[in-house]
Amino acid sequence: MKTGREKHRLPTNRQIENRFTLIRTLVAVGIALICCLALILLVSEEPLQAFVAFLTGPLDPPKNLATVLQTAAPLIFSGLAVSVMFSCNQFNLAGEGAFFLGGLAGSAVAVKLVLPYVVHPIVALLAGGLVGGVVCAIPGLLKVKLGATEVVSSLMLNYVVLYLGVYILNYFLLDPAAGFPATERLPDTARLETLIPKTNFHIGIILSFVLCVVMYFFLYRSKYGYSIRMVGQNENFARYSGINVGATIMMAQLIGGILAGVGGASEVLGGYTRFQWVALPGYGFDGVIVAILAGNNPLLVPVGAVFLAYLRVGADIMSRRSDVATEVLAVVQGAIILLVAAKLFLQHIKHKYIVANATRLEAVKGGEEHE
Amino acid sequence: MNEILGSIFSTDFVYSSLRLTTPVLFAALASLIADRAGIINIGLEGIMLFSALTGVIGSAYSQSLLVGLLCAVGTGLLIAFIMAYFSLTLHADITLAGVAVNLVATGGTVFVLYSICGDKGVSTSLNSLVFPTVDIPLLKDIPVLGSILSGHNVLTYVSLIMVVAVWFFMEKSKLGLRIRAVGENENAAKSVGISVVRIRYLALMLSGVLASLGGAFLSMGMLTYFSKNMSAGRGFIALAAEALGHGGAVGTFLASLVFGSAEALSVSLQGVGLPPQFVQMVPYVTTILGLVIYSALRKKQQKSLHQLFKKRKRGLR
Repeated sequence: MKTGREKHRLPTNRQIENRFTLIRTLVAVGIALICCLALILLVSEEPLQAFVAFLTGPLDPPKNLATVLQTAAPLIFSGLAVSVMFSCNQFNLAGEGAFFLGGLAGSAVAVKLVLPYVVHPIVALLAGGLVGGVVCAIPGLLKVKLGATEVVSSLMLNYVVLYLGVYILNYFLLDPAAGFPATERLPDTARLETLIPKTNFHIGIILSFVLCVVMYFFLYRSKYGYSIRMVGQNENFARYSGINVGATIMMAQLIGGILAGVGGASEVLGGYTRFQWVALPGYGFDGVIVAILAGNNPLLVPVGAVFLAYLRVGADIMSRRSDVATEVLAVVQGAIILLVAAKLFLQHIKHKYIVANATRLEAVKGGEEHE
Repeated sequence: MNEILGSIFSTDFVYSSLRLTTPVLFAALASLIADRAGIINIGLEGIMLFSALTGVIGSAYSQSLLVGLLCAVGTGLLIAFIMAYFSLTLHADITLAGVAVNLVATGGTVFVLYSICGDKGVSTSLNSLVFPTVDIPLLKDIPVLGSILSGHNVLTYVSLIMVVAVWFFMEKSKLGLRIRAVGENENAAKSVGISVVRIRYLALMLSGVLASLGGAFLSMGMLTYFSKNMSAGRGFIALAAEALGHGGAVGTFLASLVFGSAEALSVSLQGVGLPPQFVQMVPYVTTILGLVIYSALRKKQQKSLHQLFKKRKRGLR
C-alpha cells in the first residue's frame, strides 16, 4: 500500500519532459527580459521610470488590458497559422504576406460590395482567408512539386505580395480624399462590432480565441491533424505508413494561409477605419515567436500571444513615458526564439533529474522485492 | 519600348548592375561557404543590416575607414558566432536561429540608431565615412569597357576578388575540402577524424565575415548613410543566387549578376511609366523564377540519373 503511493509520487519521464519544457520556456523568457532591462539601463537616463512603465504600464487603467487583448488577436491568428505550418515541419514564412493580403482582400470586399450587417463581415473574412490560403499555398506547391526550399521562396513571395497589394491599393481602391494611401472608410455594415464601449475589444478577438480551440481539435484530435504532425515528425515514416505527404503538406500550408488571411481581415475590420498598410505589418514573423513559445500547440497559442502583446503594449507605453524606443523589444523576441529553440539549453539539468528519478524508482522496486 | 531598350543597352546600366551586384554577391558567397558545410544561413539578412549600422557608427566616431570596416566585420563575426553557438552547441534549429537574428536586426538596428542619433530612419546626423572609388589605370581609357569596369567602389573590386578567393579556398585548400566533406557526408567526415562541429563553426563565421562586407558596402559605398531596413531582402536573394549557382563560386557570381541586373533594371524602369510597384517587384520575382527553374532542372536531372541507375542495374543482371 505504502510503496504503491510512493511509486505514484515519482513522476514518469514524460511528465519530467513536459515540466522541463515549461521551466525552459520560463527561464528563456526570464533571460530575454533581463537582457532587455539591461539594455534599458544602458541607454536610458531615467531607467526606473522606463522599467515601471514597461512592466506595469499595461495593467494601469483597465482600458490598457483591453488593448493587450486587442494587440494579442492578430498575434493569435498568425501564431495559429505558423503553428499549423511548422507542425508539418515546413518553415513557410509567407504568413506575413498572407496576413497583409488577407487584410487588403477583406477591406476590398468591405468597400466594394454592399451587403447587409452580419453577412458583410463574414464574406470579408472569408475573402481574406481565401487570398491568404492562396499566398501560403504557393511556397508549399513549389516545395511539393519541385522541391524548392519553402524558406527562400516564401520570403521572396512576401515582397512580391507587398508590392502587388500596394499596387491594388493605389490603382483600384484608393480614396484620394483620405490624404494618404488608404481605401475609403470601411462601411459600418462590414466592421467587426466593438463589444466593450470605449475600447477596441471587437468580435475578431473572440473569434481568434475560438479558433484556438477549433485548431486544437483539428491538429490533435483529427485524422488530418495527425497526418500533419506525423509528416512533421518523420516524413519518411509518414510516407511508408501510407500518408500522402505532398497533399498533407499542401493542406497544412493552405490552412495556415487561411488562418493568417482571416487574421489580416479581422485586424483591419476590427481595428481600423480604412485599410492603410503600405508596408508589411510584421505579424507573420510575430507568429513565429508565438508558435515557438506555444510549442506549436494551439491551446497554448493564446498564452504566448497575450504575453507578447503585454510586452508590446508595455514597450509602447514606455516609449511614450520615457526616452527608450519601442524597438528594444526586438532583443527580447530574438532571445526568446533562440533560447526556446535551443534543444540542449538546460538539458544537462534535465538529464541529471531523470537519472536521479530512475535511480529512486529502482530503489523503490528493489525494496518491494526484498519485502 | 525603345526607351527601355535604350536604358538597358547603355554602359550606365551595366555599370550600375555591377554596383548593385556587390552586396548580393558578398552575401551569396557567404551563403556558399555555409551551404557547402551543410548549413542554410538565413541570418545573412540580419548580419548585413547590423554590419551596415556598426560600420557607419565605427567610422563616424573614429573617423577612420579601417575602424569602421573592423566594426562591421566584428559584428558579422559576433552574430555568426552566436548563431553557431545556438545551432551547433545548443542544437537550435538553424532556420529559427536565422529568423531570430533577422528579427533582432530589424528592430535592434532602429533601437541602436535611435539611442545614438535620436532618429529612427537614417543616420545622416552621423558624419560617417565612405569607401573610395577606384579608377583602374589603362582600363579606364578603353572606351566602353572603361566606363563599365573602372571607377567602382573599392568594395566592388574586393567582391570580385572574393569570387576567386572563395573558389580557390573551397576547391583547392585543405580547409575547403574539409568543409565540403562535412557538408556532403557528415558521418564520413567524422569517420576520418574531422570535427564536424568545429568545421561548421568556422564555416558559419567565415560566412558572417563575408556578409558583413556586403553590409558595409550598403551603408558606406552604395549609400553614404545607414537607413532603416536597407538590406531589403538582399540576404534572402543571396540564398537563392547561391542555390542557382549550384554552390560553385563562379556560378554564384553569375547568378548574383542576374539579380544585380534585375535591380538595376527596376531602377532604370522607374521613369518609363510602368506602375512603380511592378518595377519594385522585379528582383524578387526574378529570384522566385530563378529558384523555380533551378529546382525544375535539378528534379529532371535526378530523374534521368535514376533512370540511368535502373538501366545499369538491369544490365548487370
